[in-house]
Amino acid sequence: MFVRNILSAIIISVAPVSSVLAAGGDTPPIPSQDWSFSGPFGTYDKAALQRGYKIYREVCASCHSMKRVRFRNLEALGYNEDQIKAIAAEYSVEDGPNEDGDMFERAALPSDAFISPFPNDNAAKAANGGAFPPDLSLMTKARANGSNYVHALMTGYKDKLPHGVELSDGQYWNTYFTGNKIAMAPPLMDESISYEDGTIETLDQYAKDISHFLTWAADPYMEERKRTGFKVILFLLIFAGVMYGVKRRIWSNIH
Amino acid sequence: MSNAPREKFDNTVVEWVDSRLPIFTMMKNEYGVFPTPRNFNWFWNFGAIAMFMLITMIATGIVLAMHYTADTKLAFDSVERIMRDVNGGWLIRYIHMNGASFFFIAVYIHIFRGMYYGSYKAPRELLWILGVIIFLLMMATAFIGYVLPWGQMSLWGATVITNLFSAIPFVGESIVTLLWGGFSIDNPTLTRFFALHYLLPFVIVGVVLLHIWALHVTGSNNPLGLEPKSKKDTLPFHPYYTSKDFFGIIVFIIFYAIFIFYMPDALGHPDNYIPANPLVTPPHIVPEWYFLPFYAILRAVTFNMNIYMLAGLGLLAVFMVEFIWRHKPKYLNGFLGFLLLVLGSGLAVFGLLADLNQGWEIPMSAANLAPISAKFGGVLAMFGSIGLLVILPWLDNHPIRSARFRPLFRIFMIIFTISVFILGYAGSQAADKVYFMEFNNTMLAQIFTGFYFMFFLIILPLLSRFEKGRELPKSINEAVLSKAQKAGA
Ligand code: HEC
Ligand code: HEM
Repeated sequence: MFVRNILSAIIISVAPVSSVLAAGGDTPPIPSQDWSFSGPFGTYDKAALQRGYKIYREVCASCHSMKRVRFRNLEALGYNEDQIKAIAAEYSVEDGPNEDGDMFERAALPSDAFISPFPNDNAAKAANGGAFPPDLSLMTKARANGSNYVHALMTGYKDKLPHGVELSDGQYWNTYFTGNKIAMAPPLMDESISYEDGTIETLDQYAKDISHFLTWAADPYMEERKRTGFKVILFLLIFAGVMYGVKRRIWSNIH
Repeated sequence: MSNAPREKFDNTVVEWVDSRLPIFTMMKNEYGVFPTPRNFNWFWNFGAIAMFMLITMIATGIVLAMHYTADTKLAFDSVERIMRDVNGGWLIRYIHMNGASFFFIAVYIHIFRGMYYGSYKAPRELLWILGVIIFLLMMATAFIGYVLPWGQMSLWGATVITNLFSAIPFVGESIVTLLWGGFSIDNPTLTRFFALHYLLPFVIVGVVLLHIWALHVTGSNNPLGLEPKSKKDTLPFHPYYTSKDFFGIIVFIIFYAIFIFYMPDALGHPDNYIPANPLVTPPHIVPEWYFLPFYAILRAVTFNMNIYMLAGLGLLAVFMVEFIWRHKPKYLNGFLGFLLLVLGSGLAVFGLLADLNQGWEIPMSAANLAPISAKFGGVLAMFGSIGLLVILPWLDNHPIRSARFRPLFRIFMIIFTISVFILGYAGSQAADKVYFMEFNNTMLAQIFTGFYFMFFLIILPLLSRFEKGRELPKSINEAVLSKAQKAGA
């Protein structure tokens, strides 16, 4: 009964709540960026992916897991097998039990998934003042207009609060976050990460690169998908043309 | 299925089989030489397209089921593993996911075709009703399928919809417990949903076979709505319609493929890429697009139905049956009819006002005597809106089938179609979204829900009684020839 009552209460409140959030969220439209991966022939930019991965490794990975991506997937970023082995080996994972029944630590292998910063969700919350840093593997698919959203979120922090707004401890003001009060401190700022390839080290560029990387992580088969699609649709168009001719031929003796 | 003597086949193997089980004869009669009206337009392609989609869904579904795990802890991960680690898994899943939408697109067009050209009328009532049953089964299958990936929308969509059943008096609670397999949506819910999601498509196949069987008894309707009278009016199904259907299916697949390969997630909801979490309610719970018109009807009923409204509606129903539907009243005279009309509408309006103004001092307070709560009323309206399709052949008993020869019906049919789209839009928006002044989304939904029911219950019976209709051509062949002559001249 108890559960049912709670559920009915939720159902009744759902409709009003949704509109309060929709109306009171005060988030402006998300600005669109130029992405190399948009459009029917879009592809990922390997250099941007590598820079994005660097940002993830050096910054985001201290709070956010990416459990669905494996080191071997990094091949798509242009790394070769040895480089991937070396990257994986920088991390250690718990494995086991061995023949003696003990768990042991070993260096990560290319077949391992990215190592999570916290052993479980509660530990992640505890370390972040009660807010849970969500897994980033699917982030750009899990938000409307995801690639642009992540860019906007990274660049949307404001020091000057709108009039009358107060933040509690550990809260920050972000223009694009639903409800605006986010429990993630601004993770990036100008020149906070050094690029080896001479790309400018600005917040905007960082935001583009991390978003590029997260888009790939959420949708690793995008290039193959679009390439296959092109062939399939080309074939179908030709096939449709032929079938139309056949149909016309068959029907030509009618009326 | 005719009793005509069997013709021998030249091929000895075929003949050997056919003389023992006349399956080749059946295929020849039903798909080879089957006499089909010669004047189909492109709307007649969508049956074959729906059949193609059903086969596609079953084929891709079985492959998905090989890799899917029905366990609340593993379901989301197993779907992501299909997307990332199974060879071609992303393609299979995107075909299945977008396939549900394109299946509904095909079926909605198919249903529209049936309504516009009067295909539901005698002698095809049962064929039509079997179609409505397929539609209901599809809705159940798609709803249950959407729960399987166990994302946020899966869980919360299932929560909203299964909770509706609790509004049914007396048995509601037990039905919900049975659906859930417990006292909340949890692992037992997911496992039974998976079992049902595997089962229902094959039930659909069964009903589709009955649907086609019934079709082959009555033969197809056509854009003129005339029965074929002579051999000149028909063509053998093969090769004329096999070639036309084949072409139509390929064109349909092109649109389908654009979604699969270039915008595979456009028809879905981003929240379903967040693993289900019973502690976090998504800000905006919306069903899949193909349910939106019905979701709007569900939410439009925000008032209780008290005894005044029910009595009023009852009297109006008696009036409609006696004076409009029967054409000649059987039991009542004109004065009584007038009384029914005035009393019925008066009571219904009074009941509605009484419900909206709970402060009114009226005999037997409306709040106390509302046998149908707003929630149950919504559920009744939602299922009723599909139930109306079942009795459509009796609501519209005009002798002319095709809207081509019924100008008034045609106009209302077009308005009806537009209003279903508007209902779909209303279903996608928050209930209290304001359009202008006091006019909000609930009111929009209420107006068009009202029109939906009026179309079936008032407009169609009135039209069948009073619409004259245009003169019908003598035969299909004649109409086709005169059109060809006009085009040639
Ligand atoms: C100090 C820890 C920390 C770091 C470092 C960090 N985050 Fe977060 N992040 C959080 C927390 C905590 C939340 C949850 C915020 C909330 O719910 O209010 C969050 C939420 C998010 C969200 C989800 C916002 C939403 O719409 O719900 C995204 C996207 C995100 N972080 C991206 C990043 C990226 C990209 C980086 C690296 C550049 C990063 N984070 C670095 C702690 C962190
Ligand atoms: C009438 C035909 C069918 C319809 C309308 C239908 C509809 C759906 C829908 C809407 C989903 C959710 C898609 C998503 O978000 O992932 C789904 C998932 C699924 N379906 Fe079906 N389906 C049909 C037939 C089948 C059949 C015959 C099977 C298996 C034999 C099947 C197996 C699955 C599985 C395993 C999933 C979960 C995996 C996934 O989410 O991708 N389906 N279905």
